[in-house]
Amino acid sequence: MKSATSATPGKPRLTTSAMIASIAAEGQKTKPAPFGNALVELARSRPEVVGLTADLGKYTDLHIFAKEFPDRYYQMGMAEQLLYGAASGMAAEGFMPFATTYAVFASRRAYDFIHQTIAEEDRNVKIVCALPGLTSGYGPSHQAAEDLALFRAMPNMTVIDPCDAHEIEQIVPAIAAHHGPVYMRLLRGQVPLVLDEYNYQFRLGKASLIRGGRDILIISSGIMTMRALEAAKELAGDSVDVAVLHVPTIKPLDHEAILREAGKPGRLVVVAENHTIIGGLGEAVAALLMRSDVHPTFRQIALPDEFLAAGALPTLHDRYGISTAEVARQIKGWLR
Amino acid sequence: MSTSSLVNAPSLSQRARNIRRNALRMGEVQGQGYIAQALDISDVLAVAYFHAMRYRPEEPTWEDRDRFLLSNGHYAIALYAALIEAGIIPEVELETYGFDESRLPMSGMASYTPGMEMSGGSLGLGLSIAVGMGLGLKRKGSKSRVFTLFSDGELDEGSKWEAMMSAAHHKLDNLIAIIDVNNQQADGPSKQMMGFEPLVDKLEAFGWFVRRVDGNDLDAVVAAFDATISHPEPQPRIIIADTVMGKGVPFLEQREKNHFIRVEAHEWKLALAELDAGDRS
Repeated sequence: MKSATSATPGKPRLTTSAMIASIAAEGQKTKPAPFGNALVELARSRPEVVGLTADLGKYTDLHIFAKEFPDRYYQMGMAEQLLYGAASGMAAEGFMPFATTYAVFASRRAYDFIHQTIAEEDRNVKIVCALPGLTSGYGPSHQAAEDLALFRAMPNMTVIDPCDAHEIEQIVPAIAAHHGPVYMRLLRGQVPLVLDEYNYQFRLGKASLIRGGRDILIISSGIMTMRALEAAKELAGDSVDVAVLHVPTIKPLDHEAILREAGKPGRLVVVAENHTIIGGLGEAVAALLMRSDVHPTFRQIALPDEFLAAGALPTLHDRYGISTAEVARQIKGWLR
Repeated sequence: MSTSSLVNAPSLSQRARNIRRNALRMGEVQGQGYIAQALDISDVLAVAYFHAMRYRPEEPTWEDRDRFLLSNGHYAIALYAALIEAGIIPEVELETYGFDESRLPMSGMASYTPGMEMSGGSLGLGLSIAVGMGLGLKRKGSKSRVFTLFSDGELDEGSKWEAMMSAAHHKLDNLIAIIDVNNQQADGPSKQMMGFEPLVDKLEAFGWFVRRVDGNDLDAVVAAFDATISHPEPQPRIIIADTVMGKGVPFLEQREKNHFIRVEAHEWKLALAELDAGDRS
């Protein structure tokens, strides 16, 4: 049964989340359009930066760039293959295109174009995509549960899964400083602000220990780092001490930091990701540990290998185990 | 035309013959290749490289060159033959065609070969890249133009039509596309795979300036290039070249039409001989 709206006693029945729904919890601190604003900032000093989109400028925060630099903004129409082929052509002419759409359309519809015209030719294109993983309630058409697996498998591609607004602002100049193709998952609109409290600084290709802890090591990327930090607070109430290693760069993976943290004895290692259990951060970490003869007790929190339901995001995140409450519950279960 | 001035430059028909010879020699080296396509497009390539395009053989990435995007990567044997004739690739490399470590792989890739501006092979990519290059050149205020060659079979790909609409929408008058209509794709005659006629009407309706010519009539091809280059309206332009597979080698022209024609080991020398005989007649 697909329906996610079957009533649970005592819980209000929610409706399918709007396409532009924020993933921020009610009352959570947020910042508007961190990508769009950071890109405008970058573009002031980098005249080669151009913005391209396929009929999703407003839905990827690129409209902010368009307003500031109308002559550097290219509306390519609802044509994702053209979008990425043309981005390659502009990069060949020395420009640095930031080309936006939804993650499903870049990863699934335009994959060959990105593979051949951008990755194989090593073009300096930044592929920035909204609705990564399970951040849309519209069903599989808009849920990019496998985007990381697909782009990880592509040679030359750098793959980034940011946690919050604070990190996105730092990623934009960092990927501009890196010459080559990048796939970046985008959180748009009112984006949660989390990592500013941890004195966090993004570094391309580097994982970052956000908090230490004796009992559990959560290795996470994207919004699951936010969830892991919330779950860590909850578990602290049960005297479970949780460390969180944030891995925003999925590829190239920070082997050194992961092996260092996962190699510390006595901790359960949990990889948490907003992505199908196949081919994402969890399997990347598992393979790394196996190859390196590091064998902690290992668990994964990830989306199941199935077509996900339509519905309200809070309902879906609970149902598929990536809400804060579900992260904490699963970890407690593994500790028994 | 190449910027290096040539006194007593060979005629276009000599250029086309030399391109055909280079292609046949590569085919002989490998014992295979998309030779029928190479022979059909040699006249168009001769006009592109020795009449229409600006480039510097000694500087393949010269900023002010005209770009040439080979969308149908399996025509690489033809483009290498033209690049050798143009002096961009040394003739001696012809012997390496298709061998390990060669700069001349069977399917054209930008990362391997000087003068190869895109990685083809997956059909339908070129025109989208051309749109981006056209936009980029305009943004830079460049006078360079983007030429892109693709095959009639590629018209089956939906992305081609995205790019057709886009090029007209963005008024890319610096974009000159060439379709090789040889009516042959992998599974048979192109028009039987997915009908694409009436092509002139279709492309004009899409906002393009269109010239359709016999792609093996050098004078007609020259006229088509001249007309598309000098056309004053702000719109993309396209040459539809109707060609004959195997052109220039009568026994290959007669051979049963096939996407990948079979040439026996002893036939390469015969083909070269027929080409030369035809040239003398």
